[in-house]
Amino acid sequence: MSPRRFSLARSLLATAGVLVLAWGIDRLAGQVLNPYLYRILVLCGLNVMLALSLNLVNGITGQFSIGHAGFMAVGAYASAAFTVYAVPRLFGVGPEAAGAVVMAPLFLALLVGGSASALAGFVVGLPSMRLRGDYLAIVTLGFGEIIRVAILNIDAVGGARGFAGVPHRTDLAWVLAGAAATFLVLRNLLRSYHGRAFLAIREDEIAAEALGVPTTRYKVTAFVIAAFFAGVAGALFAHYTYLHTNSFTFMKSIEVIVMVVLGGMGSLVGSILGATVLTALPEALRFASAERLIIYSVLLIVLMIARPQGILGKTEGGRR
Amino acid sequence: MQELFQQLANGIAWGSIYALIALGYTMVYGILRLINFAHGDVYMVGAFAAYYFAIATGAGGATASLPGALLVLLGAMVACALLGVLIEFLAYRPVRRSSRLTALITAIGVSLFLENVGLRVFGADPKFFPQLIPPRRIHLAGGVVVTNHQVTVVVVSILLMVGLTLFIHRTKTGKAMRAVAFHRDAASLMGIPVNRIITITFAIGSALAAAAGVLVGLTNPKIEPLMGIMPGIKAFVAAVLGGIGSIPGAVIGGLVMGVSEYLVVGYLSSTYRDAIAFIILILVLLIRPAGLLGRNVAEKV
Repeated sequence: MSPRRFSLARSLLATAGVLVLAWGIDRLAGQVLNPYLYRILVLCGLNVMLALSLNLVNGITGQFSIGHAGFMAVGAYASAAFTVYAVPRLFGVGPEAAGAVVMAPLFLALLVGGSASALAGFVVGLPSMRLRGDYLAIVTLGFGEIIRVAILNIDAVGGARGFAGVPHRTDLAWVLAGAAATFLVLRNLLRSYHGRAFLAIREDEIAAEALGVPTTRYKVTAFVIAAFFAGVAGALFAHYTYLHTNSFTFMKSIEVIVMVVLGGMGSLVGSILGATVLTALPEALRFASAERLIIYSVLLIVLMIARPQGILGKTEGGRR
Repeated sequence: MQELFQQLANGIAWGSIYALIALGYTMVYGILRLINFAHGDVYMVGAFAAYYFAIATGAGGATASLPGALLVLLGAMVACALLGVLIEFLAYRPVRRSSRLTALITAIGVSLFLENVGLRVFGADPKFFPQLIPPRRIHLAGGVVVTNHQVTVVVVSILLMVGLTLFIHRTKTGKAMRAVAFHRDAASLMGIPVNRIITITFAIGSALAAAAGVLVGLTNPKIEPLMGIMPGIKAFVAAVLGGIGSIPGAVIGGLVMGVSEYLVVGYLSSTYRDAIAFIILILVLLIRPAGLLGRNVAEKV
């Protein structure tokens, strides 16, 4: 494909299109779906964001992070604290407000969450200068746990009681817009000069370095971008449901990794597919309530044996 | 001062358990380069196997005896050795030639499987581990008090670790294990039966995890199907801390973790207990990227 010149009009049009579509789907889903299915769709969208962003680090850059829930937690708590403590003063919008008046504060809260998380991503990305493979992985895991325990000990955000009083402002439209934004940004990034640099590091770090790719800078960048979107997902989550650190244990990180690997490492469409399948699967297995997680784990093992490269492998589906 | 020694004693007892679990991680990693996520759950199964053995043989409570306790320990170790071999054969062997991440996800799948089967079979509510050895308090110099259970934990751990070291360095099978860990394909070309060695590695590692499970049952008698998650992770951290693939490293890592956790509980706050392990890990890795005793292997181009 030939690179197209950047066009502001086209970008704005695409953004508007995505927003209208997200809003439309939200209205439709609110009409035809029961609250349970609506909730699963929201969780699906959040997981898509998490899987896509993790894919940038694990699949596209070839690093190995198992601390993604930590970034989500930073984003969730930073944005929730912003909404609870700063928004009433800045905007005069209290927690009980609803409708169009909360849109700007929520958008700002998402940015705050994403930025706080991106900063954390920078800090976590730094050890990647010295550490590789499993050692890097265990440091990211450690970071995720440290974040969780640290938040658990901050009383201003509820500590072990959970953060009560965060208004629920997220709906499906926000989540869909967030997921679409994550997908589009990563897709465009992948097609750019920088995207090739990420892929080069994955294929052979030493060769990439030899060809003049500043590998450390790109690895840290991958962490920062991934952390940003995970933070936004966390922020959306914080404004959707009850906020407690138990939602961000390392099991959550594992869950996201499984989505990425199942969909296909390095495949964006695969991540969307993996996140959707793995969010829906435990719900679909509810008929076998007690055994559903046993079936889930067996399916996971069988899938990995039958299709070790994930559903889509490195491709985006369709043409190769 | 007395407080410090008391926490050190508790930490060493608890660290021995981490060390035993960490040995299994480090052995499997050394040979397959696989983080065996299910290892913590094998430890859980070990505790439950001992629980049922103890009930079946009447080795707990009033009829407790040392031979009975040893029998239970042995039974749990054999049961878990079989479980480990089975896991390797059914789940890990088919993905051995796939990418390492595929193997890792498979290991996570096995871990979830054991946990959920545990919840289904053993039930979600905690069970009380029968007292294999009647508890007694031992007063040491300086007012430090330890239980005979803690002493048992340390003694059994040391015996197992010495046994393992002798096995790896003095027997032919041990030599073969080291060869496979060093270079699997070259070992295979030298006529070493790689598959059999991997099976033996899983058997030994899982048996050690089972021993850890039984010893935990002695000191903390509440066992439940999810008890393997946190110790599993921390034992893995201990293995990395010591330098993964290194057997003395796993022991040192386990002890460092156990002692530092008890020092944090004693002097700071128990809420930080789960974080200290990782803080130490990150500090150590930033200074020594391959762990305390690990060798930093440069990548050849």
